[in-house]
Amino acid sequence: MSIKSYPSHPDITDEMWEKIDAIIDANKDIAGSVIGVLRMSQDIVGYLPVELIDHIAEGMNLPASQVFGVTTFYSLFTLKPKGRNIIKVCTGTACYVKGIKEVISHITNKHGIREGETMSDRRFSLEGVRCLGACGLAPVMIVKEDIHGNLKPDEVVGILDNYN
Amino acid sequence: MSKNRMQLMLCGGTGCHSTGSKKFELALQKELEAKGLAEEIKIIETGCNGFCAVGPVMLVQPEGVFYQKLKVEDVPLLVEEHFLKGRPVKKLFFVEQKSKEAIPNINDIPFFSNQIYRAMRNKGAIDPEVIDEYIARDGYFAAAKALNDMTPEEIVEQVKISQIRGRGGAGFPTGMKWSFAAASSGDEKFVLCNADEGDPGAFMDRSLLESDPHAILEGMIIAAKAINARQGYIYCRTEYQLAIRRLEIAIRQAKEYGLLGENILDSGFSFNIDIYQGAGAFVCGEETALMRSIEGKRGMPRPRPPFPALKGLWDKPTILNNVETLANIPQIILNGGEWYASIGTEKSKGTKVFALSGDVNNIGLVEVPMGLPIRKLIYDIGGGIPGGKKFKAVQLGGPSGGCVPEHKLDTPIDYEEIAKVGAIMGSGGAIVMDENTCMVDMARFFMDFIQDESCGKCTPCREGTRRMLELLEKICHGEGEDGDIETLETLSAVISQSALCGLGQTAANPVLSTLRFFRDEYEAHIKDKVCPAKRCIALLKFEVDPEKCKKCGLCYKACPANAITWQKKEVAVIDTGKCVKCMSCFDKCKFDAIF
Ligand SMILES: Cc1cc2nc3c(=O)[nH]c(=O)nc-3n(C[C@H](O)[C@H](O)[C@H](O)COP(=O)(O)O)c2cc1C
Ligand code: SF4
Ligand code: SF4
Ligand code: SF4
Ligand code: FES
Ligand code: FES
Repeated sequence: MSIKSYPSHPDITDEMWEKIDAIIDANKDIAGSVIGVLRMSQDIVGYLPVELIDHIAEGMNLPASQVFGVTTFYSLFTLKPKGRNIIKVCTGTACYVKGIKEVISHITNKHGIREGETMSDRRFSLEGVRCLGACGLAPVMIVKEDIHGNLKPDEVVGILDNYN
Repeated sequence: MSKNRMQLMLCGGTGCHSTGSKKFELALQKELEAKGLAEEIKIIETGCNGFCAVGPVMLVQPEGVFYQKLKVEDVPLLVEEHFLKGRPVKKLFFVEQKSKEAIPNINDIPFFSNQIYRAMRNKGAIDPEVIDEYIARDGYFAAAKALNDMTPEEIVEQVKISQIRGRGGAGFPTGMKWSFAAASSGDEKFVLCNADEGDPGAFMDRSLLESDPHAILEGMIIAAKAINARQGYIYCRTEYQLAIRRLEIAIRQAKEYGLLGENILDSGFSFNIDIYQGAGAFVCGEETALMRSIEGKRGMPRPRPPFPALKGLWDKPTILNNVETLANIPQIILNGGEWYASIGTEKSKGTKVFALSGDVNNIGLVEVPMGLPIRKLIYDIGGGIPGGKKFKAVQLGGPSGGCVPEHKLDTPIDYEEIAKVGAIMGSGGAIVMDENTCMVDMARFFMDFIQDESCGKCTPCREGTRRMLELLEKICHGEGEDGDIETLETLSAVISQSALCGLGQTAANPVLSTLRFFRDEYEAHIKDKVCPAKRCIALLKFEVDPEKCKKCGLCYKACPANAITWQKKEVAVIDTGKCVKCMSCFDKCKFDAIF
């Protein structure tokens, strides 16, 4: 049995590397596919560590500088690890008009994180995202996969208590 | 479609999913089975019905009873009363805000009855995951006609006669765009669908994709025949996972039915469609940037000419159309361009879909004929402003657009007329703002967005928008000075004149438009250090006016910082030392007593 050795990284298991390599193999000959490869890899690991970006660049036969350029251009990609529970607050216009600012300030007050920050124990990350397409329910936030709409600022902290 | 006694068209759009439609569906199915009704009554999960704010919603067909805000607890009553005894359940009807009247039939609800459905003709009427249901409503007939009976020139001609203009924002005549690409030489051409939906506060395209994905595929097939393309891409926001899943299903089914792939319907014409997921950059909605992004690069716009019709994706002739534009195409081919042009104004034909949201009673997705006065959109369909508040303005066109104030509300929905009042038609975002909205803060909000999304290629756009944002923040913080307004105006001119792409060219619109109609609010912030709408925290004192306080205690209960003291029959008092300026008390006080 041949043992493939992967770059060592505390957040990426061998199983993850295998999946990532399968993605690279399936896409490396398709022009323009690097953004998709980065997205799927990020879905597996949770973020894009430098070692992973290097690995993808090599596998896709692209200059590392180009792949870095792509990851920093698009807001989907993150180079830093995130919390266990990602709170996405909608900062689109409808949610803004309906008071998402107050929702955010309640979260910040309680958990000490602002938009773009992660708690030191990695319980929550707070992210601002543009329109979730559920403006009818504004203001809206997504915690993990759950959409919470028609938020009342004073109820938000209670909702978050359910996520640890 | 199946021959059941009753069909329950339950909305399975993103909005209703989040308000619990899935749980409701499971409970309802179980109850129907328990009562032995599962054979004769069928639940059909549709795409977004448009009225997301009152979700989950369900339409009972053929009778047309519309139910709203459904909960699992309602299931036994609903099945017993309506489905067994034939007595519709009044407490689940829609209640008209003004008259407080409960309306059973969907056709009598003003939100629906004032609309005309073309792009949205199948919304809520079919299961978007079943191609047969699309076909049963004349689906793919237009593609068959275009592929087998029409020449590319004839297709382009009908689209020209329809006078349809691009629904993605700019309003460029679609027929003309197609004729340029059709005339380009080259054996490799592309048809692209713009489903990036960048306007932060709009969800037209998402709903169309979720509720009727085949219509967009069919529009692309017809476009491909018109310009002779073999490959298409749908560039979709990655956040739209439900839309992407439904598109994937639709593409797979279309291939199985021989409607995509080699030799479609034995016409000798071949065409394929792939989905490309965006990665979160507003500028990628711009056509040249979008093409770069599909090529796997940083999505930065490039100068035009060369125009994409000549040199687009991979430098090949390409057309890019918006989701809604493409959704209209099959109807135009089937019924003829003249049919399409039969409604609308002189230069704006057909219908337009709007995502109506913000401070308006009926929030949702609506399709209206061009020429309708904006006032009707907000008051007849939207049902007016909630909570007895006063209307202030409606923002059209998102961060590239402008606001329409009360005294301009009779402006018809028409590209040129809307432009005259300093807004744009845009892609369909319509955000209603009441008197509690600060227009300076809104201008700041949009500039924050634009500044963040500028790709940085042109210095005036990159630096100028940052400078404008700083000025707006300064004004909102009560540090505005004489001359700031003039500086904003100068910067606006410089940025728009030197910008390479539409993002920069329109970046200043929200500022210019609010300055045009709400200059007094800017001046109040700058000269009097007052925010008339009480939104700008730095300009608020966080004190209670004892004259106005009605001693209700709502603020006291809402305060998360225990900064308010209050007792029954006593005026509330805020301890500004403890106050964290969260604004909760402002939202709760119904008497405007906190300032
Ligand atoms: C910064 C910027 C963002 C844009 N975003 C979108 C978008 O999200 N969706 C869209 O359809 N068009 C968008 N457009 C317009 C497109 O560039 C293009 O005009 C449109 O997709 C063409 O299709 P249509 O003629 O059918 O409208 C954007 C333009 C600019 C300058
Ligand atoms: S105008 Fe702005 S967004 Fe457009 S290319 Fe220039 S810098 Fe980029
Ligand atoms: S602004 Fe917030 S913290 Fe301050 S008094 Fe009002 S509710 Fe309490
Ligand atoms: S909510 Fe308003 S009216 Fe009621 S106690 Fe507070 S300040 Fe007074
Ligand atoms: S603006 Fe928040 S969901 Fe659209
Ligand atoms: S998602 Fe159900 S009506 Fe829009």
